[in-house]
Amino acid sequence: METLLSTENLVEKPATIASLRAGITSGSVKATDLAEMYYARITAHNPLLNVYLSLTKEQALETAAAIDAAAAKGDALPPLAGIPMGIKDVLVMQGAPATAGSAILKGYEPPYDATSVAKLKAAGAVLLGKINCDEFAMGSSNENSAYGPVRNPVDTERVPGGSSGGSAAAVAANLAVATLGTDTGGSIRQPASFCGVVGVLPTYGRVSRYGLIAFASSLDRVGPFAGNVRDAAQILGVIAGADDRDPTSSGLPVPDYAAESDKDVKGLKIGIPAEYFADGLDPEVRAAIESGIDKLRAAGCEIKPISLKHTRYAIPVYYLVATAEASANLARFDGVRYGHRSPKATNLSSMYRLSREEGFGPEVKRRILLGTYALSAGYYDAYYKKAQQVRRILAEEFLTAFGEVDAIVTPTAPTAAFKLGEKTDDPLAMYLADIYTVTASLAGICGVTVPCGTTSTGLPVGMQVLGPHFGEGTAFRVARAVEAAQAK
Amino acid sequence: MSANVTIEEVERVAELANLDLEPDEKPRMQRDLNAILEYVAQLNELDTAGIEPMAQVSDLLDLGSAADAGHGAALRVDRQRPSLDRARVMEEAPETDGAFFKTPKVIER
Repeated sequence: METLLSTENLVEKPATIASLRAGITSGSVKATDLAEMYYARITAHNPLLNVYLSLTKEQALETAAAIDAAAAKGDALPPLAGIPMGIKDVLVMQGAPATAGSAILKGYEPPYDATSVAKLKAAGAVLLGKINCDEFAMGSSNENSAYGPVRNPVDTERVPGGSSGGSAAAVAANLAVATLGTDTGGSIRQPASFCGVVGVLPTYGRVSRYGLIAFASSLDRVGPFAGNVRDAAQILGVIAGADDRDPTSSGLPVPDYAAESDKDVKGLKIGIPAEYFADGLDPEVRAAIESGIDKLRAAGCEIKPISLKHTRYAIPVYYLVATAEASANLARFDGVRYGHRSPKATNLSSMYRLSREEGFGPEVKRRILLGTYALSAGYYDAYYKKAQQVRRILAEEFLTAFGEVDAIVTPTAPTAAFKLGEKTDDPLAMYLADIYTVTASLAGICGVTVPCGTTSTGLPVGMQVLGPHFGEGTAFRVARAVEAAQAK
Repeated sequence: MSANVTIEEVERVAELANLDLEPDEKPRMQRDLNAILEYVAQLNELDTAGIEPMAQVSDLLDLGSAADAGHGAALRVDRQRPSLDRARVMEEAPETDGAFFKTPKVIER
């Protein structure tokens, strides 16, 4: 039985959603005080960490006051009543600017809510503000933001990972109880791993993409970050589900993920793919993950070595497919309807070209050029079509593996968080930070990353638990077992 | 697919993408594109003859009856519903007359 929280004792360590909600329901915690406390923490820590790009204090306090009033009347409260959360700035939210970390969208105030944001609002969440990320979610270190890099709260000389670096750092520094991020090639899982928090890659189609500023539409996912597995599971349950504004969203029923995460892992078959433990894996990361696997064995899981032999082709496939889709998606930023228009333009054509040249950062231009090249006449078959064919090989390899195992466990990233500036001059080295995450993105399967020990210098290591399509319940169970074993 | 992208090709691709690269950006983009394309060339090791390209995750899944419930496999009901408020949308436009987006001249005489 958890002791009842009061607003006073809730300072450094984030509480669970369940305990906060219990406090708010009983009146021992006021949602308004809680929101004010988080804003005070943001005021104190944001100048260094650079997590929040904009704050929505008026809206947040209004929501919090409504929750407090409902609690005082004894009304039944919605599932995330009064929970302070932050939103990655590639998701649109009314009443707040949406920059996508890009100068091209500076000053843009979207006139609608992303479906995932609308669902959080309907669930009573108190949305504190919009959170920094790599420009258009393109990056693995959060150093590509036009608004400056985010620092990793665990070691402020290091990157928080990317592209949802701000969303991971916000939870790690307790500047939000939980956040939303997006993941196209690892952008939730890798920063969660670097910052020592839980991050969820839902199955493609599980969460609506409506209102997500598109990067690569066949890969983009929206998912939660939280301080513990159960909270993440609960938030996924709120944001998941069909949406007729996203035709790729799934109508499959949404299970009670938190209840699924409570189930025992005894008897589950866990696959360990040899290719994810090969050259390039930092020895300390390997040791931490192997110790996590031992704990799963001790909890009654059957550990089974497997092979995913085409894994090494995943980065090449990913960077062709994702950039091709990005080059098409980012054509919409043309200075006509919203965002930056070059004052130097003299005619329509120069308006397009100058607005884009001035508005996009170097990594975004690099990816647009690569994608345009891969789609251009004479190269389409050699690059784009070839990549799509290998994408099927990679995806089917996972389907075959999941015929034999319930979940697959790997390191989330080959190293712990690297230093700011360490990889900024070498795009290819930066791309390899996603080596363990992109394959699941291409296949559309789900995954959860959970903290699994640290390096000798105290940097967090994340374990990636992959599940089959719509197998989030199992991934949460396994992640929960790893989390419980760490706490012992 | 072994590539050696020239500066002229960088310029051509930039034009296709409606990007006006600064002169100092071009050699950097050329260097990076060549490095990345050299890396992706390892896909040539795989024989992919007869493999259907995978464009969407729904291409992969045998969803049975769930196909009716989304996954891009079924169209939504065609019914009228409100769109965004025009006045609010136009507030975000760099230049507008209230009803339309305005741009510089398309055809110059």
